[in-house]
Amino acid sequence: MSLRTPLGKARGLGSAKDGTHHFWVQRLTAIALIPLTIWFVAALVSLAGAGHGEVTDWLSKPVPAILMLLLIVSGMYHLKLGLQVIVEDYVHGEGLKLTSQIAITLGCAAVGFAAAFSVLKISLGS
Amino acid sequence: MAQTNSRPLSPHLQVYRWTVTMASSILHRATGAALGAGTLLLAWWLLAAASGPDAFEVVQDFMAGIIGRLILFGFTWALMFHLLNGIRHLAWDAGKGFELKTATTTGWLAVIGSVVLTLIAWWLGYQVMGG
Repeated sequence: MSLRTPLGKARGLGSAKDGTHHFWVQRLTAIALIPLTIWFVAALVSLAGAGHGEVTDWLSKPVPAILMLLLIVSGMYHLKLGLQVIVEDYVHGEGLKLTSQIAITLGCAAVGFAAAFSVLKISLGS
Repeated sequence: MAQTNSRPLSPHLQVYRWTVTMASSILHRATGAALGAGTLLLAWWLLAAASGPDAFEVVQDFMAGIIGRLILFGFTWALMFHLLNGIRHLAWDAGKGFELKTATTTGWLAVIGSVVLTLIAWWLGYQVMGG
């Protein structure tokens, strides 16, 4: 067991990354997601049972497409930040922690990109 | 701490009485993670819509099935709870609502409100489909 004090280990390593930014962007995306979520639920309810044509017609219109894109971007960023703190709280093995954080970041980016691309493909035309 | 900790924990979950504040806190995290899994479904739905009617029919059939509906129902509740509890969190960030009575009341509002909103949303959905 190492006899170094916590301060001894921390000194000289620089700042503990950017916690304030994380905190702020998590709140910012949360605020954006309140109206976007309400709109999203209302939209899905109105589209209950809708077929392919109805869904693509709806997503072709500018306002639904824009709101969906905003939902995807804020939602995926919010998700990434949230999953990051979950890993920070529960995963302590350095290798597993790093792998998880990388997987989360890349995963959220990939899924977000795929969803956004789909919206753009539908709304900007085949 | 780089090494994993294998020292025993003093029992707590089996000892202390569950409060709504405790429960809503961990539920906020759990629903957040569950919603994360749910976004995979949303992405699938969008991808299928962009791919064409055949791909879309696969998603539609899954969502219409019993498993799909159960997942969707759970997703709706998780979304409603995370939304209401998230607003509660934002109030805390503004410095409001930390008094124990207030936190307990708002906690119950989040739990009960989420169930109510879920039922309303689903009732409305069935109305739209039936009409």
